[in-house]
Amino acid sequence: MCAEVEETLKRIQTHKGVIGTIVVNAEGIPIRTTLDNSTTVQYAGLLHQLTMKARSTVRDIDPQNDLTFLRIRSKKHEIMVAPDKEYMLIVIQNPSE
Amino acid sequence: MEIVYVYTKKRNEFGRQCNFSDRSAELHVDILPDPSLAVNFIERDPCDVPIQCTQEMSEHEVNTERFESDTRGINHVEGGWPKDVNPHEMEQTIRFRKKVEKDENYISTVMQLGNNMEHCIKQNNAIDIYREYFEEEEVVEESEVQPSAKTINVFRDPNEVKRTASSLSWHPDGSRKLAVAYSSLEFQKVSKDMSLNSYIWDIENPNKPEMTLKPVSPLVCLEYNPKDCHILVGGSYNGQIAYWDTRKGSQPVEMSTIEHSHRDPVYRVIWLQSKTGTDTFSASTDGQVLWWDIRKMSEPTERLILDPNKKGNLDNALGAISLEFETTMPTKFMVGTEQGLVVSCNRKAKTPAEKIVCMYSGHHGPIYALQRNPFFPKNFLTVADWTARIWSEDIKESSIMWTKYHTAYLSDGSWSPVRPSVFFTIKMDGTLDVWDFLFKQNDPTLSVKVCDEALNSLRVQDNGHFLACGSQLGTVTLLEISSGLCTLQKNEKALATAMFERETKREKILEARHREMRLKERSRSEQSKEEDTKEGDGEESPEELITRIEKDFYEIVEAELKKRDKGEEKKAIIELPLESDI
Repeated sequence: MCAEVEETLKRIQTHKGVIGTIVVNAEGIPIRTTLDNSTTVQYAGLLHQLTMKARSTVRDIDPQNDLTFLRIRSKKHEIMVAPDKEYMLIVIQNPSE
Repeated sequence: MEIVYVYTKKRNEFGRQCNFSDRSAELHVDILPDPSLAVNFIERDPCDVPIQCTQEMSEHEVNTERFESDTRGINHVEGGWPKDVNPHEMEQTIRFRKKVEKDENYISTVMQLGNNMEHCIKQNNAIDIYREYFEEEEVVEESEVQPSAKTINVFRDPNEVKRTASSLSWHPDGSRKLAVAYSSLEFQKVSKDMSLNSYIWDIENPNKPEMTLKPVSPLVCLEYNPKDCHILVGGSYNGQIAYWDTRKGSQPVEMSTIEHSHRDPVYRVIWLQSKTGTDTFSASTDGQVLWWDIRKMSEPTERLILDPNKKGNLDNALGAISLEFETTMPTKFMVGTEQGLVVSCNRKAKTPAEKIVCMYSGHHGPIYALQRNPFFPKNFLTVADWTARIWSEDIKESSIMWTKYHTAYLSDGSWSPVRPSVFFTIKMDGTLDVWDFLFKQNDPTLSVKVCDEALNSLRVQDNGHFLACGSQLGTVTLLEISSGLCTLQKNEKALATAMFERETKREKILEARHREMRLKERSRSEQSKEEDTKEGDGEESPEELITRIEKDFYEIVEAELKKRDKGEEKKAIIELPLESDI
């Protein structure tokens, strides 16, 4: 069981352009990360807040709705956040250009 | 003196409530006026004291409280660890992490999220979802906007006695300044108080002209030197040419001598293309076209007499009102005459007789404007009498395109420097017409009433966006044309070329046909001459011709009047039923 998780995460990491992967829990503790600690902590803290805000926005507009995915494209790379009730998967990728 | 009033209150009455009671008025002090004190004072001079009976108002300022903002950063440290785990202890954190990873929930969640994420990653890798697909295609601006012209500024003649703004010239460098020549072109209307000055205006400041030019006689035409933006040449009412240098002041630097100048007002002066940049030529109604070098104004360098018989006879000469010179064709130039003929001349001809190449007739009055199309130099625009006509150099018998006969006299016209199919005309009733013959041939695309008095001169700025028109009372109006009329439309050049070619071909065919008919007539008349000697049937004497024409004219006018009356009757008839309903 654990091995599947490992495999999935490794597969994601080895995709073209992926810079880093982070799994964060609801408290903001990084469970799995491929980046260094300080960067991870920064990403985890900031993105957690942003995801919460995005989710509340979506639900404010339509209470039946919920946030499924969040993508932030910046000049340098794209940050993708897959939120869930307890955990959050964050991937930073350099899109193919 | 001391005034004292003593209040007493019993101690046990302290703190007691006040019991008010009425009491009659008591006189406490009465100070009578003491005249002896008046010695110490003197009476004040009567002074004016202003009093105002208005609402009393007070001033009150309110300012919101300062909103102080500060920049802070967030220091992210690890947190959220449960109480029993010490974040600094590697062992404990690792143990905690391992525990979480074993959680069922964790596994299923991560699997699910991982799938989602993979999809997006692959998407990113497959295509660039934000790519500009159509960036090569230019945004086709559909000018749905109605063509319009907006008045930006109005420059009025600061003098009391108003003169006509007879000529305008834009500053060649950036068009920030406009030189206006003022003169009174009406016969013998010059009054003593009329100022002789012409002005250079800065288009941003309509209150006061930037510079004054003080000629000896009012200037009828004025031109900036396209090569040197400080030099202007002007032709004056008495026939002299003068040139100014704006750095040297208001007086002309040099003037041509009276003996060698024109005998009539100089209506047009143009700078020529030359290495020194000091050559100009001028035209006047005395029938001469003179060439000058401004360095030596004592006499003209060359002289041409516009004699249609090519004999150089000044008495026969046609008076010139407008000149045309295109820098791309430096050897040719054209002169528009008072008699309605356009004379095309060659500068490089050896003999004066050869100088006049050909003449174009077709107008009934003096040709006020003459200009080649900047994109199609073979075609030129003439503005005279009540029409504007477009000609092709090859067709000498008639113009290839013309506007209808307007109710007001046309006084000036010009092509747009940016669009080959757009030209502007101004009329004596104060309207400016913008024509776009690719859009509409019968009517102007835009007709704007600029002012109530007649407009006399027009000049378009080099970018085609602004134009200035001068009126009879010396008011120069600066107008801005909507962008649709000054941006080149796609295919415009091709369409204009096609239109010109088509019209030229039509005229050529007509010309050929006319020639054929004339040949036939000639051969027939030669034959008939041999048969009968005198057949004066066709020939009418001049008097009979005149009476016949007069009769025709009056008949036409009456028919027109009758038609108009009928139209009014019809209107009255239509109105009646409405009234009867009420």
